[in-house]
Amino acid sequence: MTEYAIELRNVTRVHGSGETAVHALHGVSLAVRPGQLVAVMGPSGSGKSTLLQLAGGLDAPTGGSVHVEGTRLDELSRAGLAALRRRSIGYVFQDLNLIPALTAVENVALPRELDGAKARVARADATRALEEVGVEDLAGRFPDEMSGGQQQRVAIARALVGPRRLLLADEPTGALDTYTGEAVLKVIRARCDAGSAGLLVTHEARHAAWADQIVFLRDGRVVDETGVVPAPDTLLEGAS
Amino acid sequence: MSIKYGLLALLERQPMYGYQLRSEFERSTGATWPLNIGQVYTTLSRLHRDGLVEESGAAGEPAEQGKVVYRLTEAGSADLTRWFTTPVTQDDRPRDELAIKVALAVTTPGVDARAVVQAQRTATVRHLQELTRLKANPAEDDLAWLLVLDSMIFRAEAEVRWLDHSETRLARMRPPAPPRPAARRADEETTEEVPG
Repeated sequence: MTEYAIELRNVTRVHGSGETAVHALHGVSLAVRPGQLVAVMGPSGSGKSTLLQLAGGLDAPTGGSVHVEGTRLDELSRAGLAALRRRSIGYVFQDLNLIPALTAVENVALPRELDGAKARVARADATRALEEVGVEDLAGRFPDEMSGGQQQRVAIARALVGPRRLLLADEPTGALDTYTGEAVLKVIRARCDAGSAGLLVTHEARHAAWADQIVFLRDGRVVDETGVVPAPDTLLEGAS
Repeated sequence: MSIKYGLLALLERQPMYGYQLRSEFERSTGATWPLNIGQVYTTLSRLHRDGLVEESGAAGEPAEQGKVVYRLTEAGSADLTRWFTTPVTQDDRPRDELAIKVALAVTTPGVDARAVVQAQRTATVRHLQELTRLKANPAEDDLAWLLVLDSMIFRAEAEVRWLDHSETRLARMRPPAPPRPAARRADEETTEEVPG
């Protein structure tokens, strides 16, 4: 089972109980391997944000289980869960949540420092992460000196700094124009092609289309999913 | 749109042979619109008849396909300018089979319109994935090709949005068929059944 970066097994999340119980998620299973990007598509209220919160250990399921790199989250202590979240999971949200008082490289280095890495090591990791998303020249800039697209790239670098190889993204292109949004998706795609695992939640088909597999969520249930798309070469042959 | 304006636009750059026009046409449309050489010569002879292009072969020899260079006339150039400056009207586009299919699905007895919508959405999203894969290919840095690809991507996306919207409308307007018996509510949690 450790071949999956993240796996949700028959996950249910019920808010409240009895007659007023609300099923946010109903028996959802999905898994992401390293090198894979999986997108969850659904309208507002379909349960996709709940799904991502459960995947990241920010919320706990009322049924089923969540496994991150082979570890079942509900078997961890509170401290153990916090450590796993810090070391294994990176988040990118719609709202750019870089710390305004820190430069790009300081923002990216922060999770490593919180995890006990020496300042020099953390900075080196951060510089490498910025390089990987193509914004190493922005290292010394503060968030308000960057465009929205640049900030989101820095947020992706922070999500994947150091040993973290699992990226959870919730509408990461929310406030960006279509061209900049596409650039952000390209970066996420490239990081997955380089070996990270990505779970992307979006209501936009154009963004979901960058994924290897797309899962459709409606009223807390998976109603359909695409298979794995064929390799680009065969597509080019088909087009000519 | 016809092949006509594609050829006129290419000739605006420089005079060309027929086979050259064919390969340039395919290149500019990102190979999304393959042409056979017969279509090219049929169109060229019509353009020649209408005075929009002129032929120039080797001096004195009778014009022979493959050796003829085609050149835009003033009339051809004016026609091309008119085409570029006139917006494409909706009437120029073919009827939308999908919209008609969904409309008929709602009114035809025994057809589950929501299933039609769902199956189409999965197919369209898969197509969208394929188009996106082509765009991700770093070898394809041709601007014309990217523009055509973007157009297909945005059109597919619009279709998915319309299907999403239709699904919600269908869910609001009519109960899922067949209606669920009240007695089964108790074991709802354990069934694998998807509504609709």
